[in-house]
Amino acid sequence: MNKPAIPNSFRTGPDEQGMFGIFGGRFVAETLMPLILDLERHWNEVKDDPDFKAELTDLSTHYAGRPSKLYFAEGLTRHLREVSSTKGLGGGAKVYFKREDLNHTGSHKINNCLGQILLAKRMGKKRIIAETGAGQHGVASATVAARFGFPCVVYMGATDVARQSPNVFRMKLLGAEVRPVTAGHGTLKDAMNEALRDWVTNVEDTYYLIGTAAGPHPYPELVRDFQSVIGTEARAQILEQEGRLPDTIIAAVGGGSNAIGLFHPFLDDRSVKIIGIEAGGRGLDGIEHCASMSAGAPGVLHGNRTYLLQNADGQIMDGHSISAGLDYPGVGPEHSWLRDSGRVDYVPILDDEALEAFQLTTRVEGIIPALESAHAIAHAIKIVPAMDKDQIVIVNLSGRGDKDVHTVANMLGMEI
Amino acid sequence: MTTRIDRRMAKLKAEGRPALVTYFMSGDPDYGTALSIMKALPKAGADIIEMGMPFSDPMADGPAIQAAGLRALKGGQTLVKTLKMASEFRAADNETPIVLMGYYNPIYIHGVDRFLRDALASGIDGLIVVDLPPEMDEELCIPALKAGINFIRLATPTTDDKRLPKVLQNTSGFVYYVSMTGITGSALADTGKVAAAVTRIKGHTDLPVCVGFGVKTAEQARIIGASADGVVVGTAIVNAVANVLGPKGEKTADPAEAVATLVSGLSQGVRAARLAAAE
Repeated sequence: MNKPAIPNSFRTGPDEQGMFGIFGGRFVAETLMPLILDLERHWNEVKDDPDFKAELTDLSTHYAGRPSKLYFAEGLTRHLREVSSTKGLGGGAKVYFKREDLNHTGSHKINNCLGQILLAKRMGKKRIIAETGAGQHGVASATVAARFGFPCVVYMGATDVARQSPNVFRMKLLGAEVRPVTAGHGTLKDAMNEALRDWVTNVEDTYYLIGTAAGPHPYPELVRDFQSVIGTEARAQILEQEGRLPDTIIAAVGGGSNAIGLFHPFLDDRSVKIIGIEAGGRGLDGIEHCASMSAGAPGVLHGNRTYLLQNADGQIMDGHSISAGLDYPGVGPEHSWLRDSGRVDYVPILDDEALEAFQLTTRVEGIIPALESAHAIAHAIKIVPAMDKDQIVIVNLSGRGDKDVHTVANMLGMEI
Repeated sequence: MTTRIDRRMAKLKAEGRPALVTYFMSGDPDYGTALSIMKALPKAGADIIEMGMPFSDPMADGPAIQAAGLRALKGGQTLVKTLKMASEFRAADNETPIVLMGYYNPIYIHGVDRFLRDALASGIDGLIVVDLPPEMDEELCIPALKAGINFIRLATPTTDDKRLPKVLQNTSGFVYYVSMTGITGSALADTGKVAAAVTRIKGHTDLPVCVGFGVKTAEQARIIGASADGVVVGTAIVNAVANVLGPKGEKTADPAEAVATLVSGLSQGVRAARLAAAE
């Protein structure tokens, strides 16, 4: 694989074919191709349309509660400075959390869902389908479907239905139909297959509300653009609160929508180090992880070329993560391109490390983070003590962790 | 350059009947059984063989073909073994066209150039790759055509007249008309609409048009075959294999015989097609 040349800007992709270098594209069945072209045409119409933007901004403000706060995590910062002192380093950067957990529905997923539901409405679609892993996107989809009066079907792996039962109940309360998928390991990959099968069957009236910055073009672009509000706000907020850009920004990467949303507005700020955190599961030696960029290879799945966990025959592996939202054997194509171009570093965090970060954040900050976000915090915990006190780190706190308390209790051997 | 597919289609046209195109899953339930099924197909009246290449995530397939692919993968099937099976078949039959059907990733991982060399050497005549629309022609379609392998494209009810020329542009061998929107194995669409769609496609191309998705019985094959140049049967064949497997995958009867019985019946259907149409 050739290394792409360093571009003048990292923010210009994808090209007209939906490619980020060799990644991305439109690898879908012919039945879906006209739909994807239609979606692209509508997306191109609305993306610079002031009326569309105004409607989205109004909803983001009054319905979702944006802008989300950029919070100086004083408790965690103090804790990590103590760790630094104990090690004789005397450092410890300031840690900020971008509080996407404070959004309506409890995660960043609402940003994308509001954008796409307005698009679906403009396209005259009558029915919404979505896939979900942790259930955060399912809840956000069911929420916007309820708000705009669409029937909604959410595909969710049977394993995830079991481990994310509070979110399943929320979706049902919101009027969505949750269809458990038993194929494979019953996780996000299988849910996405089933959603695509639904779409290929119900082409006339159905809008597929993809939850992450992956899938066939134009999804990776449009999901990124709807999520970029995270980074755009964070950049302005840190300039206002600290008078300068951060040294490092960190976000967890499953499909990668919260990460690309934070990263994209910073990509051309070359002084800012950008780190994406993959789910290291039980370690990268075996197959029980979801670190597609650390341990996978480029391949084609779910409409795009990207890094995938796969065997030598090109069969996709199931992977494992404690966090349902990171339990996906692929990643959005723009991340694959950012990895190969060297602009973003992608590193794994193990289940146990995420679990520790989850508990620490809860204790020292009074914030229960989603297990996905706990992966990003875990990496901050690793690197912050060795940084200087005048350095700044922003971690994307992509969602709240209430949905994960059963999983965590189970892991800690407690019954609730 | 003519291929086995071109020659077979020309011969059937001269006979005045449509082709029976049969899909089976290579490696289902195991290599040896699948090879015996493949060998039984032409004897039972199949004119063209579609060899399914199993894939872990077959997004356009229904439960029957998903399950068949998983059985094959569990039985140790790989792309390399699928090509080996084709060459074993080819050693005894140099006439029946073989079309590989599946998804792109295993081919991409094998390496496109290497795959095309190996496929040619194994006696493969055509490719149907579900997740490579014309927008991605540079990936495999163009290299395959240069190598002398037919690239057979799916046209669907969503492929309108404006898009058809793009879909047909680099198609060769035949056009595979998918009779409905949906996954494999669903119920057959309105046959009147199918006939109209075949006529519409024929207005854009001289290539033979074969129709699939939903054909399960000899009677359906006869009706579809009255307007189409070929009738594709897949899920029914895969089900014939599944029906003689016990709960633990053990064979309760000979899968090759079960498939042969089904295909013989279907073959009667396509052979009656034009007689019926002429009435």
